[in-house]
Amino acid sequence: MLIPHPLLGLRDAQEFTYLGDAALIDRPDPAAGEDAFCDYVFLRDNPAGVHRELWYHEQGDRSWLVVTRNTLTHEILGAELARDVALARREGRA
Amino acid sequence: MTFSGFRVIREALTGHKGWTPLWRDPDPQPSYDIVIVGGGGHGLATAYHLAAVFGQARVAVLEKGYLGSGNIGRNTTIIRSNYLLPGNQPFYEFSMKLWERMEQDLNFNAMVSQRGILNLLHTDAQRDAYRRRGNAMLLSGADAELLDQAGVRRMYPWLNFDNARFPIKGGLLQRRAGTARHDGVAWGYARAADQRGVDIIQNCEVTGFRIEGGRVLGVETTRGYIGAGKVGVAAAGSSSRVMALAGLRLPIESHVLQAFVSEGLKPVIDGVITFGAGHFYVSQSDKGGLVFGGDIDGYNSYAQRGNLPVFEDVLEGGMALMPRIGRARLLRAWGGVMDMSMDGSPIIDRTPVEGLYLNAGWCYGGFKATPASGYAFAHLLATDTPHETATAYRLDRFARGHVIDEKGVGATPNLH
Ligand SMILES: Cc1cc2nc3c(=O)[nH]c(=O)nc-3n(C[C@H](O)[C@H](O)[C@H](O)COP(=O)(O)OP(=O)(O)OC[C@H]3O[C@@H](n4cnc5c(N)ncnc54)[C@H](O)[C@@H]3O)c2cc1C
Repeated sequence: MLIPHPLLGLRDAQEFTYLGDAALIDRPDPAAGEDAFCDYVFLRDNPAGVHRELWYHEQGDRSWLVVTRNTLTHEILGAELARDVALARREGRA
Repeated sequence: MTFSGFRVIREALTGHKGWTPLWRDPDPQPSYDIVIVGGGGHGLATAYHLAAVFGQARVAVLEKGYLGSGNIGRNTTIIRSNYLLPGNQPFYEFSMKLWERMEQDLNFNAMVSQRGILNLLHTDAQRDAYRRRGNAMLLSGADAELLDQAGVRRMYPWLNFDNARFPIKGGLLQRRAGTARHDGVAWGYARAADQRGVDIIQNCEVTGFRIEGGRVLGVETTRGYIGAGKVGVAAAGSSSRVMALAGLRLPIESHVLQAFVSEGLKPVIDGVITFGAGHFYVSQSDKGGLVFGGDIDGYNSYAQRGNLPVFEDVLEGGMALMPRIGRARLLRAWGGVMDMSMDGSPIIDRTPVEGLYLNAGWCYGGFKATPASGYAFAHLLATDTPHETATAYRLDRFARGHVIDEKGVGATPNLH
């Protein structure tokens, strides 16, 4: 698989390590309580189809990406800097 | 139809015209006492034990494809009980004991072969860890032997003992471990369950659950609605998809694991060997092919096929361990989708929906568990109490902090 890195162009997926569902960006508020953190740490949607997920460019520029990929076909539909995604979400919430 | 040596000879002399299908192909009835979703090894073993041990007569297994099309027909067939943790090891040893009598119980040749598994060790720290693991195995009633380098040399003199980075210093041997014919296991359980009245319904995908007042009443399928007193889901890599139909999210990610087989060779490896430095394991099938594998690809996948970087990684592991494998040609590679759980251990439990039960999270190690998983799930479905070896496999263990994390890597499914 080739990941279209927003800054570096197409990069081999092998250069990255994988963390999983991009929902992990949305860490619950510390006051949210144990149940919210338990869901956050352990439960996943695990969809068959389009999945937004976190990849870390460990053997590259060490940035975190949010990659949109189809888990049924492995087709990669896009990649963004996780930083941009997180900032946009924060603005959306504010 | 009972199988016997006499029967084989008689059929050989009469042109093999007397064999009949191993199980019926019934249409679904309007309702059953217990419906099992998923006709893989675990679903079929559950149905068999429900009928044979717990006296349940009205049981159906619903399989969306053909029987054996999932991981039961895709795995590398290793059976063993060499785990460490108290929640796991007694269960896997129970499974090993069931393997030892399975062919007699089922009257079916599943080619169970106790050819031994040798886990190689390469450092002093690994020797300590394996000594501890071996002791845990002995405590559970399993067998274990710690070999020094000379002991390993006697078994496999051609291994790469003097690898500069990962010299082989010994190994943990379980002689009762080995391999079994994977699809034979599915066929054997299917036939034995069918003989005891279980309906095995293929090409029947579960597309929804009928739930009223928090209780499951039956399942919607591609072959119509089927009512059920209880529903047990054993859908392996598809667990999250199936349970989402009941509104549940699971502590599971689906990942692809690949396996490889070489061209047929003369006998070279009479047991199972695992490399302790990279992830590589190998055995030789009765047809002569070297069957081997390694790590999962490491990203969510439902594709039943993987990518080339893992090919390279697995084959490099093989070359480091046994350089002569480089002369063999690769014949085939394939992938299967596994339900990787958040602690690397399985779930056999009730769910928040009354009457709905879950058997999931087997990761890359559920083949060896097939008999015990079927037994324990049948026990739970029939008696509403967990089997004594499966009490730790609770769905709520993550919330309670009672994870069973053999590798100690935390909630990162692709590292288990
Ligand atoms: C390459 C590979 C190598 C492996 N090697 C080993 C090994 O050496 N040792 C070991 O112990 N384990 C091994 N495993 C793991 C082992 O194969 C699995 O853990 C185990 O087979 C899973 O249980 P099962 O047999 O019931 O799964 P499956 O055979 O996958 O059964 C699940 C069934 O559910 C069906 N299903 C899914 N959704 C629905 C639906 N909606 N309706 C109806 N049916 C549905 C599927 O079609 C499938 O047939 C390996 C796995 C792979 C992929």
